Amino acid sequence: MDNNKTADLISKPLNVVNIGLEGFANELKQQDVSTIHVDWSPPAGGDPKIADLLSKLGT
Amino acid sequence: MELIEKANQEALSRMLAADPVLIDVIPASEAIPNLKSHMILHAGPPVAWENMCGPMQGAIAGIAKFEGWADSLEDAFEKAAAGAFDFHPNHHFDAVGPMTGMTTISQPLMVVENRKFGNKAYCALNEGLGKVMRFGGNDDSVLERLAWLRDDFGPAFGKALRSGDGIPLKHLVARGLTMGDEMHQRNVACSGLILRELAPALARTSTDNEELAKILAFIGGNDQFFLNVAMAMGKAIMDPVRGIEGSSVVTAMCRNGTDFGIRVSGTGDQWFTAPVEMPEGLYFPGYTEADANPDMGDSTIVETIGLGGFAMGAAPAVAGFVGAGAASDAGNFTRTMSEITTGENPEWTIPAMDYLGVPTGIDIRMVLDTGLAPTINTGIAHKEPGVGQVGAGVVRAPMKCFEQALIAFAESVGVK
Repeated sequence: MDNNKTADLISKPLNVVNIGLEGFANELKQQDVSTIHVDWSPPAGGDPKIADLLSKLGT
Repeated sequence: MELIEKANQEALSRMLAADPVLIDVIPASEAIPNLKSHMILHAGPPVAWENMCGPMQGAIAGIAKFEGWADSLEDAFEKAAAGAFDFHPNHHFDAVGPMTGMTTISQPLMVVENRKFGNKAYCALNEGLGKVMRFGGNDDSVLERLAWLRDDFGPAFGKALRSGDGIPLKHLVARGLTMGDEMHQRNVACSGLILRELAPALARTSTDNEELAKILAFIGGNDQFFLNVAMAMGKAIMDPVRGIEGSSVVTAMCRNGTDFGIRVSGTGDQWFTAPVEMPEGLYFPGYTEADANPDMGDSTIVETIGLGGFAMGAAPAVAGFVGAGAASDAGNFTRTMSEITTGENPEWTIPAMDYLGVPTGIDIRMVLDTGLAPTINTGIAHKEPGVGQVGAGVVRAPMKCFEQALIAFAESVGVK
């Protein structure tokens, strides 16, 4: 993203999609920022062995 | 992998094709010929006496006295510690039992036949609420009730069922879902529906009006009467799903108060266990979290078939009862469980969710991929033997069971 686009982004009201840690979304909501939270965590809680097996087994 | 997708569709199709019918009530020694004197079947995966929780040990002492294998509760505790009894999971004998899940030779067992596949599954009768053996109760009042169930209620119930062609359960459960039951912590509709089916047959086969009135009042006064029927039904539905090569669908979930165990179709009858978790819920007056025993019982077989916590959207009243939030949150539990299941059951639908079918066929891959553990609605027992139920709540299946299962499952399909 170039500097002009970044400037555009912060000069307008923000619409935020927060993925993962809900605390970030809650902080923004308290500041009346339009925010949607996506409840997500890494596959297998981040365990690389289980994540590798999941990628091979498919879901 | 194509093998897994096909195998899971086969698992789902067997679940949906099941035709469970309540056909009889017979003594456990007759239902399970391999069940012998001094054998005690319990809920959950295998567990040794020294590792059992308080209510489980309390129930074992009570049932040993009930069967005449011990002179007193103290004598039963000593004999159990000395190895006088053989302990096995109900699941190893085509049976299930709620909470402590005691099954011994003289108890009457309900028989549910899956007429599509010809298998049968068994569960003891629900004793009612309050101080009962399934919550570790073991005093004289508990044993006297068990004796009445064995000598009067069970034989009369069996005779009534044998006078007809049994009670088909699939449609009865479908109606119960439309009336606010989820078949784990709320069974008031299905208990009423089965009483309507049973009452004429009981009246026709009874020779004693006073006893008939007592039997009808016992069923009518027990909102959880149907739970044990639903459990036998769940076992009858899931057993034909065992052993499908390449299927990652869970065929059993259960707890013994110490460990939580699951079985997966593609890995046969192997147990994958992890320490059981504490339910979060609401307590009866006078009790708190400090009194609670960890999660316990074979009743999670109802979640395994898409009911209980998976059907919370059908039972908003339960969300409040188990402390799971507002009634309007109930549907979220069902939607979340849809993320970890192979499909939906088009015959078991939830009107308030635009007739969404209950989430069916838990896939261990989806559980681990999403990090969403199965939600279970449960009763909470006091941690000390002999006290009984102190509350109701929600508990999650431990992720470690699913991690172990996935590793074994991957090996079974040649993936490392």
